[in-house]
Amino acid sequence: MILSRPVRTQPFGIVEGEIKLTTYETAISAGHFGPYGGRFVPEALTAALDELDAAFRSAIIDPDFIDRLTKLEVSYTGRPSPLTKADRFAEHCGGARIYLKREDLNHTGSHKINNAIGQALLTQRMGKTRMIAETGAGQHGVATATAAALLGLDCTVFMGEEDTRRQALNVVRMQLLGAEVFSVTAGSRTLKDAINEAMRDWVASVEKTHYVLGTVTGPAPFPEMVRYFQAIVGREAREQIQAAEGRLPDAVVACVGGGSNAIGLFSGFMDDATVQLRGYEAGGDGVETGRHAARFAAGSPGVLHGARTYVMQDTWGQTIASHSISAGLDYPGVGPEHSWLHDTGRAKYEAVNDDEAMAALALLSRTEGIIPAIETAHALAGAMRVGRELGPDSLIIVNLSGRGDKDVATAARWFGIGAPAGIEMAEGR
Amino acid sequence: MSRRLAEVFAQTRSTNRAALIGYLPAGFPTADASVELMNAMIDSGVDAIEVGLPYSDPLMDGADIQFAVAHALSGGTTTEVVLDVVGRLDGDRAAILVMSYWNPIERYGVERFATRLKAAGGNGVITPDLTWEEAGPWLAATAGAIDTIFLVAPSSTDDRIKTVVKKTSGFVYAASTMGVTGARSEVGAGAQGLVARCRLATKLPIAVGLGVSTGSQAHEVAAYADGVIVGSAFVRCIRAAPDLPAAISAVRALAGELAEGVKR
Repeated sequence: MILSRPVRTQPFGIVEGEIKLTTYETAISAGHFGPYGGRFVPEALTAALDELDAAFRSAIIDPDFIDRLTKLEVSYTGRPSPLTKADRFAEHCGGARIYLKREDLNHTGSHKINNAIGQALLTQRMGKTRMIAETGAGQHGVATATAAALLGLDCTVFMGEEDTRRQALNVVRMQLLGAEVFSVTAGSRTLKDAINEAMRDWVASVEKTHYVLGTVTGPAPFPEMVRYFQAIVGREAREQIQAAEGRLPDAVVACVGGGSNAIGLFSGFMDDATVQLRGYEAGGDGVETGRHAARFAAGSPGVLHGARTYVMQDTWGQTIASHSISAGLDYPGVGPEHSWLHDTGRAKYEAVNDDEAMAALALLSRTEGIIPAIETAHALAGAMRVGRELGPDSLIIVNLSGRGDKDVATAARWFGIGAPAGIEMAEGR
Repeated sequence: MSRRLAEVFAQTRSTNRAALIGYLPAGFPTADASVELMNAMIDSGVDAIEVGLPYSDPLMDGADIQFAVAHALSGGTTTEVVLDVVGRLDGDRAAILVMSYWNPIERYGVERFATRLKAAGGNGVITPDLTWEEAGPWLAATAGAIDTIFLVAPSSTDDRIKTVVKKTSGFVYAASTMGVTGARSEVGAGAQGLVARCRLATKLPIAVGLGVSTGSQAHEVAAYADGVIVGSAFVRCIRAAPDLPAAISAVRALAGELAEGVKR
């Protein structure tokens, strides 16, 4: 099946009409992105994925579904999210003009709600009563718990024990929202292991349960479906930058864990050859140290969690545990579409280390009065590099994918702050 | 179909019993010990061995097998070690299969793995996360030489079963229940219906796995299936044993009980 770009009426009245398929889009067929993607799943899940695929495809051509989704996006999530010009931050970006796509201002504080609400509506459409989700930083867990509360669905969130510690605030949020948070103690106790546990739950509960995968990874149709629900980010950004600047940006920049916020933004500019797509993965302590989550810098094609994609793996195909100060980027795989964008050269990916990301977090906080999530800080550090590379007058959009409230404990430890007064900000840890 | 699995099922059919298929991960608790344990299983009546290839993300496995494969991996059980273990099993008295998630095989090289497995005396492969749609290169590399056993599940539609059994060789692996591996107090009620649905689509032998752990459960399954697959129960009795001799005794006792159970 050839993917056609769905026609969708936007909150502010734009109708995307029939568009001729590009070479790129033609390559995305039958759940594959070139050689990547696919469905590497237990047979027991095949029926559920077929059911989901059918529900998704019928929903996005159903005016009632689109109307319900759009109303929630406007009245509940608070879309469209603003595009904020960041002049003081831009002074540190080689004189480039920097715009921030403010997904942090969405209800629940990140782009994750775009996908969670879409999949929650699909859950209802399929007649299922329970949602499960994996979460790293907790943002997707919170978004899913929120959508579950809104629609009266049961919700269980799987979270690595290590992540429940470093994102403790979000654990409480999920619990307040009525979700059960299951702490996963297997393996590296992070996102990868949370996904394993969610899959184990799903295979046993699939009749009544929908697995709300939080990013553009996993077996088909998840990468394509999550992209669809996140594509609103790119559509809005494209419209907004043209209104503000009268032209398209030179580059759009995002952090890449699984890669849903990046795909959301990139998808608005995929066919614009003049717009560079730049993704930033977690360099952790440094790619050379082995303690990182740099799949493109140090991984290779393999199969993980249902899809062929770039994976951090050893000689024998065993997954290597990732490492990042950012729980949301701490994942050894990446969305298969990113692997395809990487290989075709359409998008460019680089690693940003913990220290560079934390410096960018502090810089945005002080120059713009916006505290970003640590995940997002990787994109900001990337924007600083891209700005210097493209020079003055270049125009850059950064996806400000999430807010940093959840990260204050980590930031306090990192910068040695937290005491009320008289403490100078330390340079390192 | 490779001849070996066909022989096993012909033989068990002629003696009016179901085939007993036992799983253990290579390298659990060590490579050498796993060879001894699996050969003890064969000696005590197991007709086919599934050698587990330990993988870092066993998302179809419950707690017992997760524990065993993590232990095997931390002991350095690589794909080469697994192939070595395969080569040391008593292939004259049992068919030897490898159970592996897909990525280690793809990483090792599809053709290379097929060649080495055949050379080591392996007869078939079970891939819990590889469905036929993604299996083109593997099927091409193994055609006629190594059997590829695909799974069917209670959720598989009749149409899908028809397609899956066409791509399968050796036998069809019918998952008794919707869930991960692990001993259960009852074998899934849907198992018998699933086997019946498979019978309408194929003449291949059908083996039932997931949740079988005792002789009486094996007997119950043997009444309608051609094979009974037991994994977690073997892992469990090895975990519970204080040392290797005790583990071997426990495995022999369990295999013996199950071998009695599969008689009709």
